[in-house]
Amino acid sequence: MNVVELTSQIGGSVTDSLAYLGGLASLAGRAAYFTFVGPFRGKPLRFPRAVSQAMQVGVRALPILSLITFFIGLILALQAAYELRRLGAITLVANGVAIGMTRELGPLITAVVVIGRSGSAFAAEIGTMKVSEEIDALETMAIHPVDFLVTPKFLAMIVMLPCLTIWANSMGILGGALFGVAQANFTWTRYIRASLDALYLRDIVTGLVKSVMFGITITAVGCYEGLATGAGAEQVGRATTRAVVVSIFLVILVDLVFTILFFFMSAQ
Amino acid sequence: MVQTAEHAETMISLHNLRVSYGDREILHGINFDVMRGETLVILGGSGSGKSTLLRTLVGLEKPNSGEIWLRGKNLAAISSQDMEEIRKKIGMSFQGGALFGSMTVGENVALPLREHTKLEDSTIGIIVRLKLDQVGLAGFENYMPSQLSGGMKKRAAVARALAMDPEILFFDEPSAGLDPIIAAGVDQLILELKKAFHMTIIVVTHELASAFLIADRMVLIDKGNVVAIGPAVEMRASTHPRVRQFLDRVAEPEVAQELDYLQMLTENR
Repeated sequence: MNVVELTSQIGGSVTDSLAYLGGLASLAGRAAYFTFVGPFRGKPLRFPRAVSQAMQVGVRALPILSLITFFIGLILALQAAYELRRLGAITLVANGVAIGMTRELGPLITAVVVIGRSGSAFAAEIGTMKVSEEIDALETMAIHPVDFLVTPKFLAMIVMLPCLTIWANSMGILGGALFGVAQANFTWTRYIRASLDALYLRDIVTGLVKSVMFGITITAVGCYEGLATGAGAEQVGRATTRAVVVSIFLVILVDLVFTILFFFMSAQ
Repeated sequence: MVQTAEHAETMISLHNLRVSYGDREILHGINFDVMRGETLVILGGSGSGKSTLLRTLVGLEKPNSGEIWLRGKNLAAISSQDMEEIRKKIGMSFQGGALFGSMTVGENVALPLREHTKLEDSTIGIIVRLKLDQVGLAGFENYMPSQLSGGMKKRAAVARALAMDPEILFFDEPSAGLDPIIAAGVDQLILELKKAFHMTIIVVTHELASAFLIADRMVLIDKGNVVAIGPAVEMRASTHPRVRQFLDRVAEPEVAQELDYLQMLTENR
């Protein structure tokens, strides 16, 4: 492969990626239009649909999310204690877990669980509807597919992801507390108090800001992949896989961008 | 042919319509008119472009050039608001029904009414039962689409297409995938609708028996061109070789054009 081919290939994939991001942004933009502008133009918000989505995305995710983040909190405590024990500062485990969960792992693990449960489901649901001509049917009935299908999902995600993240943070801290009580001479109440003392409001808020961004990303990717599904059942599987892979990548990317942003904002 | 005087008013008018997918042109300049109240059957083989033509007529595909006049608007250059207004006046029954799997049959039929009218739930309920009764599915409103057979799904899809009392009804392959008896039932339904409402009905199909049963006029599409158009009787008597081949169900000659075939094998080298 010569230099010209290489540069043209790099250029090609860069424009493809930019076009993809543009597609996501335009989908999110149209959903935002139907959420914020639509109601003032005689197109009422679809609250019942959004509530049923919120049930699916949020409430049904609670058991598995609780279990996973409890374990993550415990793991975080064990790993932190490994190093802190040598320094004789094992009581700092509470700080480590509290900050690690609220600033980073709470939002991230929540996002990953929601990608697995809902991002994939969005792509599969919309993809199947595309393949069986249901999206076309909506259009011929003068019902905008983005308005009808995508907007309720955005609404549900933007509300439920921060809620799930708060829950995940609490469960993570509880997991850390199990270690604290068993190995670091804490009582339950003293561990919780130590965690609360370690946390600033800023830690929690930055985590929640991230989780809202994750919610937007996951919904945009899931719905975009669903709507971009070609013909045939095989394509639905492909769309679902792509939705998961691309969502995980973009969530990490968004996470990085916002963490850098918060880092420099707090330095001032 | 006696009826032509009745259908003097033009409902849809196509002028030199061209449609492409990417670089590939599917329809190469289609011209014909559809009259108010008539049943027009668009015939054609697989890949002839007949489905693309139907998708263009309901605004799912944008033409590259040419005009489609419907209710005084040109669909090729129409604003999305105007397109919405037109779509409320047309109904489309898709090949597989395209019912929403997460809603009951009744909710499917009610959806366009809930979206576009301010009718009360009780009124919508009455309309839904009425429409389902018209297609022979009375009492099925609480079933899920997955609980229906293929023929019932199609009937339910017709009920949904009828919900807004459309002026024009489009059918994509109404008898595809149905056994002959059920398919005859769907044909019968189309005939009943035609008799009861004097609706303009446009049907895309390749089923000859069903086409001759329901059609006032027929259009034969082949490789993206209109080969023949005329009343069903004229069509049946046509001597046009391509029409005869289609109607007499003659298989495509193995090597239609020996030179083309050679070129295909040698990749035009």
